Amino acid sequence: MNIYEQQANNKRLSVFIMGVFVAFFLFIGLGFDYFYINFTPVPEPEYSMNDYGYYEVEMKRQAIPYGTLLTLILSFGMVINSMINGPRMVLRSTMARRAVSTDIKEKQFLNVVAEMSTAAGIPMPQAYLMPDIDLNAFATGFSPQDSHVAITEGLLKELNREELQAVIGHEMSHIKNYDIRLMTITAALMGAVGLVSDFAGRAMRFRGSSGSSSGRSSGSGGRRGGLGPLMLVIFVVWILFVILAPLISRLLAMAISRKREYLADASSAEITRNPLALASALEKIRAAVSPTYAVNNGIAHMCITDPRGSLIEEKMGLAADVFATHPPMEKRILALKMMAYQNSR
Amino acid sequence: MTVALIALGAIALWVIAVFNKLISLKNKVANAFKQIDVQLKRRHDLIPNLVNSVKGEMKFEKETLEKVIQARTAAVSASASGNMNEILQKEGMLTQALGRLFAVAENYPNLKANEAVKALMEELTHTENQIGFSRQLYNDLATDFNIKQQVFPNNLFAGALGFTQSILWELPADSKERETPKVNLTV
Repeated sequence: MNIYEQQANNKRLSVFIMGVFVAFFLFIGLGFDYFYINFTPVPEPEYSMNDYGYYEVEMKRQAIPYGTLLTLILSFGMVINSMINGPRMVLRSTMARRAVSTDIKEKQFLNVVAEMSTAAGIPMPQAYLMPDIDLNAFATGFSPQDSHVAITEGLLKELNREELQAVIGHEMSHIKNYDIRLMTITAALMGAVGLVSDFAGRAMRFRGSSGSSSGRSSGSGGRRGGLGPLMLVIFVVWILFVILAPLISRLLAMAISRKREYLADASSAEITRNPLALASALEKIRAAVSPTYAVNNGIAHMCITDPRGSLIEEKMGLAADVFATHPPMEKRILALKMMAYQNSR
Repeated sequence: MTVALIALGAIALWVIAVFNKLISLKNKVANAFKQIDVQLKRRHDLIPNLVNSVKGEMKFEKETLEKVIQARTAAVSASASGNMNEILQKEGMLTQALGRLFAVAENYPNLKANEAVKALMEELTHTENQIGFSRQLYNDLATDFNIKQQVFPNNLFAGALGFTQSILWELPADSKERETPKVNLTV
């Protein structure tokens, strides 16, 4: 897969995620209207005998689908917001600050970012520092022209210049092939999914407790007495969807993230022509096991290593394949050492 | 007849696509080359500052410092002349002289503790890396450009459309950088 295919792929996936997000919101909203306001998208016509003895088609007046309309507006608003404000939201959530050129170590960081953007042939991203002693880094933004790189203060302190170069090179390739767009949008929308399914779940509990007699069986409504078996199935699916949505979106984010780390490692080695520097940087990052407190769960998939400091990254096998946001460090380091070995021959 | 016309139209469209691709690459190559130039200028400006600030400490390394100054003067005059081969050669020599200065500076703990010198060293390392990386980017783009001109159907008309091969930025054949560095462990 070359860089152009990666870029096209990421742009396509970003649009797809936005589409899925809107569809998901519509599904929740429609379900809400269907079960609580008695709104049907395709109303059944009712036949009634009029005064002259003919059957006449009479369309029931529909309730206004408030839920659907609201979720439609809300979801589009959130998609647009995630495109415009996503990077800033992500940065704010980590309490990152701009690196300053007065401090010699931070000046070095700025210089390294400039060098790596030269090597990758993209405009220089803005450089940020996160107040945390753990070792971690991520990149965010909507396009290479509007991109940000953030590292923890611990990383700046522990790594030497070449290792820092390698880590920034890794982030540069995330920027260059538009991983950042996909990741940022996923992060911004993932938070919203959690919020809405929480809300829908609560509404359900509220309805359930306040007497089912008045709610569902409004007799003459489109449903005509109770829930049919088909309705019941749809209702169950809807509830499951509401409950599982946050989990699904998390799994999606993880699946998106894992493959990309190998690719970014490889392009970092290509940019710096020095795979061993990244290997030793990853060794250091792995050795620092404490979780990165500045980074919360919502943007775990954007970081160079799992900020939760969990040991799942170290495991290989099915569980790790499904639940880890990053490939095992062991494998990544090994892949880089293989590159160095092949180069040296 | 119509089939021939359609085929001709398709070929024309394809030639236009290749032409546009080549033009865009050509401009990228030119831009990458300008970037190297910017960094080289920056290096020329930084060196006198560095030499002045380390002069006091490194009295015993007069020869090294003088070599750096000389190499810089040669490089500046070469870039004024605009002769490509000469620029490559003189800049190569300057890179080498600077590398030697950096290596020697490691022996002076006072120097390494000095904040001002440290900042200057960082600046120069930064510039050296920038030169290296912009050269790398230039070479990658130029190679890409050259390959696009040389692959089979393109090579039939690339020359006719006025495209020429770009020269890769490499060290001149007789450069000292090609030699393996000699390490002297006697103090």
